[in-house]
Amino acid sequence: MNALYVMLGLPAVGAILFVAIHNTRLAGWLNIGVSAASLAASVLLAWAVMQQGSLHNDNFLVDSFNIYLLVLTTFVGLTTAIFSRPYMQHVCEEGRCSTVRMRLYHSMFQSFMFTMLLALSTNNLGVLWVTVEGATLATVMLVSIYRTPEAVEAAWKYFILCGVGIAQALFGTILLYFAAQHVLVNPEEGLNWLTLQQHSAELSPTVMAIAFVFLLVGYGTKIGLVPLHQWLPDAHSEGPTPMSAMLSGLLLNIALYAVIRVKMLTDSSLAATQHPHMAGHLLMGFGLISFLIAGLFLHRQRDIKRLFSYSSIEHMGLATFAFGIGGPLATFAALLHMLVHSLTKSSIFITVGHATHIAGTQNIEHIRGLIRTQPTVGWGLLFGVAAIAGFPPFGIFTSEFLLLNATMQSWPWLSVLLLIGLGIAFAGLFRHLHPMVYGATPEGQSAVKVNMIPVAIQLLLVIWIGLAMPAFLAGWLDQAVQLISGKGLL
Amino acid sequence: MNLAQLGLLEQSIFVLVALALFLSFVLLSQARLTTMIHVFAWQGFLLALLTAIVAALGDNPHLYISALLTFLLKVLLIPAMLHRLIRRLELERHQERLQKQALVMMAGAALVIFSYWVVLPITHMELAHIRNVVSLSLAIVQLGMLLMVARRQVVAQVIGFMSMENGLFLAAVAATAGMPLVVELGIAFDVLVAAVLFGVFFFHIRDSIDTLDVDQLTRLSEEER
Repeated sequence: MNALYVMLGLPAVGAILFVAIHNTRLAGWLNIGVSAASLAASVLLAWAVMQQGSLHNDNFLVDSFNIYLLVLTTFVGLTTAIFSRPYMQHVCEEGRCSTVRMRLYHSMFQSFMFTMLLALSTNNLGVLWVTVEGATLATVMLVSIYRTPEAVEAAWKYFILCGVGIAQALFGTILLYFAAQHVLVNPEEGLNWLTLQQHSAELSPTVMAIAFVFLLVGYGTKIGLVPLHQWLPDAHSEGPTPMSAMLSGLLLNIALYAVIRVKMLTDSSLAATQHPHMAGHLLMGFGLISFLIAGLFLHRQRDIKRLFSYSSIEHMGLATFAFGIGGPLATFAALLHMLVHSLTKSSIFITVGHATHIAGTQNIEHIRGLIRTQPTVGWGLLFGVAAIAGFPPFGIFTSEFLLLNATMQSWPWLSVLLLIGLGIAFAGLFRHLHPMVYGATPEGQSAVKVNMIPVAIQLLLVIWIGLAMPAFLAGWLDQAVQLISGKGLL
Repeated sequence: MNLAQLGLLEQSIFVLVALALFLSFVLLSQARLTTMIHVFAWQGFLLALLTAIVAALGDNPHLYISALLTFLLKVLLIPAMLHRLIRRLELERHQERLQKQALVMMAGAALVIFSYWVVLPITHMELAHIRNVVSLSLAIVQLGMLLMVARRQVVAQVIGFMSMENGLFLAAVAATAGMPLVVELGIAFDVLVAAVLFGVFFFHIRDSIDTLDVDQLTRLSEEER
């Protein structure tokens, strides 16, 4: 438990500390330090969970489902911090961002980490809502940090759409609490997830069904499910690139995590009714629509960061669809997909950040010949996109293959749609990728100082997971599968 | 359910919730920003009063804290902030004719009916009158959303957003006698931060597009330009 408090405390202290640090260089290094220390704490926590099983008290809950997301969040936080230091330095030298805004940036970076880690580790569904809303508030100022009209517009859209969306989730949470109050001896514990899980079969199915719809729409806005996704490409494309990496790689996962926690309660409450799989069917529908529509939108993008944010919608749609199918195999695929997508997508955004510095623009038509100008960036982008498009031997191939198997077992005719969608998305990515990597190099394009080590580490991890998944990871995910779907896969 | 059998304080809850719904309709049709802020403050006042009544009815001392918090936040602080902002933005005389007003009001009425329909399946609860309150607060949430859709002016949109929050708070207080204190404090903190950020954004939007009309925010879209 102590490791948990350290992990939560570090970013909270960091968020306050960075307001006071005027020296941008120092703040950049300290940001890396704080992130590295949180990663160390989360690894210690993971070790403790492996030894003793789940840890919980009244306020916090760390079990096999959220521990891997906690480690993932702190890990991607660290690699993004390593990338962000020289990147934001470069942005400052271009004069797009003043020292005052850099203080805001570093402070909000750590507040964002804090809210996400708290959202994952809390045992209270109300606190979960508060922290997810807090994560929105922390990132709104980051999206508009360049103060261009586009950035302000993107931030306003993000603020309003996510604010309205998340308000629906609060209404769902209130209904959930309402249902719990009629069941529990101590109604004050009505938002405590562990208590709710013990009594979930007694919760009123009608109230839970209504509550789940509200919660899905609310948190679904944050996952970026079509048609609630309008804010996502804007916020990703106009904000600073380290932020895009964290939004895409981490925040979307957390919203999905919240939905799945609620789905577990809803499923067991509805088990005895006429529609026992209502929650799963809703997830499947939303997931599949998001996956297909985002795949089509990939084809008409002109901004490189918008391109990859649509790809995030597509992959979150896949994970949502997989959770919707339920059953051990699909759940395993979904958990694995969340993991490998985060690793790959954040590494792609880091590479894209370097590529836009080389080309001086985010417009795809003007990013050309990366592999000749700077081979590391070119190869990084090529491998990253190959991984995200689901090529073997990358881990995304594994998770998509498992998902396809699960679909064929339970909904054979949907696997056709799935395959068509994968093909559309693949084409959408590669038609843009090919000229960017191999095209004719524009005059006067020169290499910039980059640090591709985080990208290399993340992509190697994805390959490792794809080729030979370590036994401890498989065991971990299997425990989470047991928790979510009732029986394990292995 | 026989309303006359309930105690006087319990009956007053219904009156207050109905008044809050009425104020949502007033917000929807009101053209002047200054008046909208006043109406919003009154809605907050009803909320604080209702919280205090629920606290007195049950044995819920922590609800007195949340009543006080609501009063400070929604009746004093946020309206004062909004008044100051519109003075600085020179919008005191700003009037906005709602386009298709009759249609918007009809849509509002339809939303109230829709809210009743959503809550209808909850039948078995021994406290059937709570269903009424839940559906009315859902209606206030939906009307807040409608206000945000119908209005083009960012300050009016923010008032819509905040009145949505009022509806949610109403549901929490009336249906479940308030959320646990830690959650309530968290929500209040989020609302406060959101209000401050909205203020900051008014100036950013005005500086970047010279107007506070959201119809002008059209730079980012999937349409071909």
